Amino acid sequence: MAAVTAPTVRAGLPGLLRHRALAKLALLALAAAVLVPVVGARWASGSWPDALTVDLSEPLGRASEWIIDNRDSHPLFLYFLGHVSNTVVLCVRAVYLVLLAAGWAGVTAAAALVAWRVAGVRAALGTGLAFLACGLLGMWVPTMQTLALMVVAVLASVVLGALLGLAAGLSDRTYRVLRPVLDTMQVLPAFAYLLPVVLVFGIGVPAAVLATVVYAAPPMARLTALGLRGADPGVLEAVASLGATARQRLVTARLPLARGELLLGLNQTIMMALSMAVIASVIGAGGLGDRVYQALASVDVGAALAAGIPIVLLAVVLDRVTGAAGARLGGDGPENSGRSSALLWGGAAVLAVAVAVAARLAGRREWPEAWAVNIAEPVNRAVDWMTAHLYSGVPYLGGTADWAGHFTTWVLDPLRSGLQGLPWWSVLFLVATVAWLIGTWRTALTAVLAMAATGVLGVWEPSLDTLSQVLAAVAVTLVLGFATGVAAARSDRVERLLRPVLDVFQTMPQFVYLIPVVALFGVGRAPAVAAAVVYALPAVVRITAQGLRQVDPAALESARSLGATGAQQLRQVQLPLARPALLLAVNQGVVLVLAVVIIGGLVGGGALGYDVVFGLAQGDLATGLVAGVAIVCLGLVLDRVTQPTERRRVKQGA
Amino acid sequence: MRLRTTAVVGALLLLTGCGAADMTKQASPFANAQGAKTVTLSVQSWVGAQANVAVAEYLLEHELGYRVDTVQVDEVPAWDALSQGRVDAILEDWGHPEQEQRYVKDKKTIAHGGDLGVTGHIGWFVPTYFAKQHPDVTDWKNLDKYASQLRTPESGGKGQLLDGSPSYVTNDKALVKNLDLDYQVVFAGSEAAQITQIRQFAKERKPFLTYWYTPQWLFEKVPMTEVKLPPYEEGCDADPEKVACAYPHTPLQKYLNADFARNGGEAAALLKNFKWTTEDQNQVSLMIADQKLTPQEAAKKWVNGHESTWRAWLP
Repeated sequence: MAAVTAPTVRAGLPGLLRHRALAKLALLALAAAVLVPVVGARWASGSWPDALTVDLSEPLGRASEWIIDNRDSHPLFLYFLGHVSNTVVLCVRAVYLVLLAAGWAGVTAAAALVAWRVAGVRAALGTGLAFLACGLLGMWVPTMQTLALMVVAVLASVVLGALLGLAAGLSDRTYRVLRPVLDTMQVLPAFAYLLPVVLVFGIGVPAAVLATVVYAAPPMARLTALGLRGADPGVLEAVASLGATARQRLVTARLPLARGELLLGLNQTIMMALSMAVIASVIGAGGLGDRVYQALASVDVGAALAAGIPIVLLAVVLDRVTGAAGARLGGDGPENSGRSSALLWGGAAVLAVAVAVAARLAGRREWPEAWAVNIAEPVNRAVDWMTAHLYSGVPYLGGTADWAGHFTTWVLDPLRSGLQGLPWWSVLFLVATVAWLIGTWRTALTAVLAMAATGVLGVWEPSLDTLSQVLAAVAVTLVLGFATGVAAARSDRVERLLRPVLDVFQTMPQFVYLIPVVALFGVGRAPAVAAAVVYALPAVVRITAQGLRQVDPAALESARSLGATGAQQLRQVQLPLARPALLLAVNQGVVLVLAVVIIGGLVGGGALGYDVVFGLAQGDLATGLVAGVAIVCLGLVLDRVTQPTERRRVKQGA
Repeated sequence: MRLRTTAVVGALLLLTGCGAADMTKQASPFANAQGAKTVTLSVQSWVGAQANVAVAEYLLEHELGYRVDTVQVDEVPAWDALSQGRVDAILEDWGHPEQEQRYVKDKKTIAHGGDLGVTGHIGWFVPTYFAKQHPDVTDWKNLDKYASQLRTPESGGKGQLLDGSPSYVTNDKALVKNLDLDYQVVFAGSEAAQITQIRQFAKERKPFLTYWYTPQWLFEKVPMTEVKLPPYEEGCDADPEKVACAYPHTPLQKYLNADFARNGGEAAALLKNFKWTTEDQNQVSLMIADQKLTPQEAAKKWVNGHESTWRAWLP
């Protein structure tokens, strides 16, 4: 996911904060004292009471049967969803055919030239090399399939997101309604989106595209709304005083002023679409994601990596090009007049077509098989060596399997049995307390209701199981992430070294991690936690480092002049001042960890993730959907519990 | 969400006019690109299925001039995709009576494609090195004796019965309960994870008990011995809650999309004729999963060595 810009908010007044916290605690204690005896007398304490659950498996099962039986006859499907699905298929096919017709030379040339026009020569070179690398890895056709799917999904997301953002940017009421919805969609694990679309559209490309659109449109909508609302009121006033109509104001002032946000939105949408395109391979998206998924079935890390690298390359290229375009537009200075710019674009188009035609005439439209490089074998050898030597019996340290065993026995098990052993109402109070102390009473209320919802759905125990894994993974992530982040903030060299590593780990499809972690940590919850830590670490490191670096230099300077040592500066000045950024890092860490812990269902993580996988695999939508909703609830709880109040004001989309 | 969907649908209705569109008759957008004749095959996640598909793919491409797309789909959703024509054929099915009733008999959107020639069997297995040391472990009645040796951090205080992908046919939870065994079923969540774990155990010659099936290439790498469960009788697995018997032996089946079976020309004919033996399949699987050949290379090797077998399949 894209970088998160840390806010630079000075720390609040500690005295006042403590005061308010105490008041909140007192109020909660009072509520607990009144409610607990009542609740305890009415229902048994311990696990969630049966009397308060609703069994949805019956109606959900019936609904899914009904859909399968009526899919080819009911008007809703024939005249409505059928067209949706048909259009998606037609669009993807059209793009795919164009890409195939252009051939590898044409596509590479066109991509490089577009990158040159919007982002400069270096981006163009990078783009060209990235596409050639996809071909070299023997992944040209899958790359084109993924690209076709992505183009359609991103266009649809951008159009939808922009329309919604426009509505929310211009109307306060729409904004109030949409904002919580979009905020929430942002934190949901991608896995939770798959089942509903599969239920309606069945396995295949239409379902994959629609899931991607639903997943990727919210950032566009949010940032569009944000950009429109953030326009400088002085400029708007000036335009209005010139007698411009509302529409003129929008087109000539507000939209151009918001273009930075619009491009950031495009960037985020592309990144999210790409990560979803891989996960959607579980529901038949085809392309690169499917190659990764198939390679995992034969425990072939090398082949999985060969398909994973093109995804990373695509992601890095798209990220850099849209980012550079945004920076150019932001730093206003159109060096070229409109005419010469049009001329250059025209020249680029002609050149791209010429390359495509030349390659076609030379009979080189398809990527030549002889040019493929096989990286699978060396990678697999390296992985084998690693697992053979690290798995167990390393002197003094013990092997990774031993660590995993200890981690499961000493951390995961007590945490899980502790959570599951708590009376259900105390879990709710715990959630309320934490959420209220960090956020507002609203976030606390949402969190409590969402937590209760998992109980009502009858998945209290698995939800707590998942929660225990998330908590353990977050703890590890934060310890490692803060340490690395502090190191990166204090040394430019460390940061330079880390940057490409972080880029790669953030864009690598999560599936690729799963097999090496099993090889190292065995089957169970420990590998799920390990994969989650690897996935969430980059964001945490990045936000921490950024937050520490943005601390007011004057404050640091004065600390230094008072003779504070490095450690003292860090502890007493930098960390307190960067508190909002650190809280944001926690929040991001939690959300990302949840996303991967769910996927951990594929490597023995059990709990909710397994239920979703089971639902998808067996077509048992009742189990899968209930687990999916529970994941959504858990995501809400975790997000709200860690949501610092400042985030609302400064959030830039993560 | 609702808003967004309505917006999409509204726009699409304008675009496409208002005729009927049957989404159960829409092929994959990647099919038949540029006039190529394309066949889409479903690959299930286990390697045996990959072997079938790899050989069929090789023959379709090199002998009949088709272009083959493969999609990895789990078993039950694959039936659904097959009935919609998004996939043209499933080459290895382990028995899904409910789906067969719905799609083959009632809706007639899927046609039976004949035997694959391989017989599948699911069971509980222990590594042979462990069975040699403790010969009585191969009877389920003695399993409790070894529970303490089969404990892992994930199985709590009980012995671990390692299960695989959630998509596979399994009665293990019911079996453990109904046979009153001191074991905990631990789901690896995917076959890849399960195989990796088994190989790690085998490398250290640790004992383990796992759900497994034949034919499977892993037996060549990690020899395993089946644990005898109460014998299978017709209908003893009718009620999934009350199962207390072994798994049956299933002759694996092929299924084709009904339209494809009728109009699929040479490709459909080849896939109907496709029939080989357990050894053949294992040979290809082993090349893919263990020697890490790509499925295409493995198929090529097998095809070069077994011309008489596959000649008979060509239409």
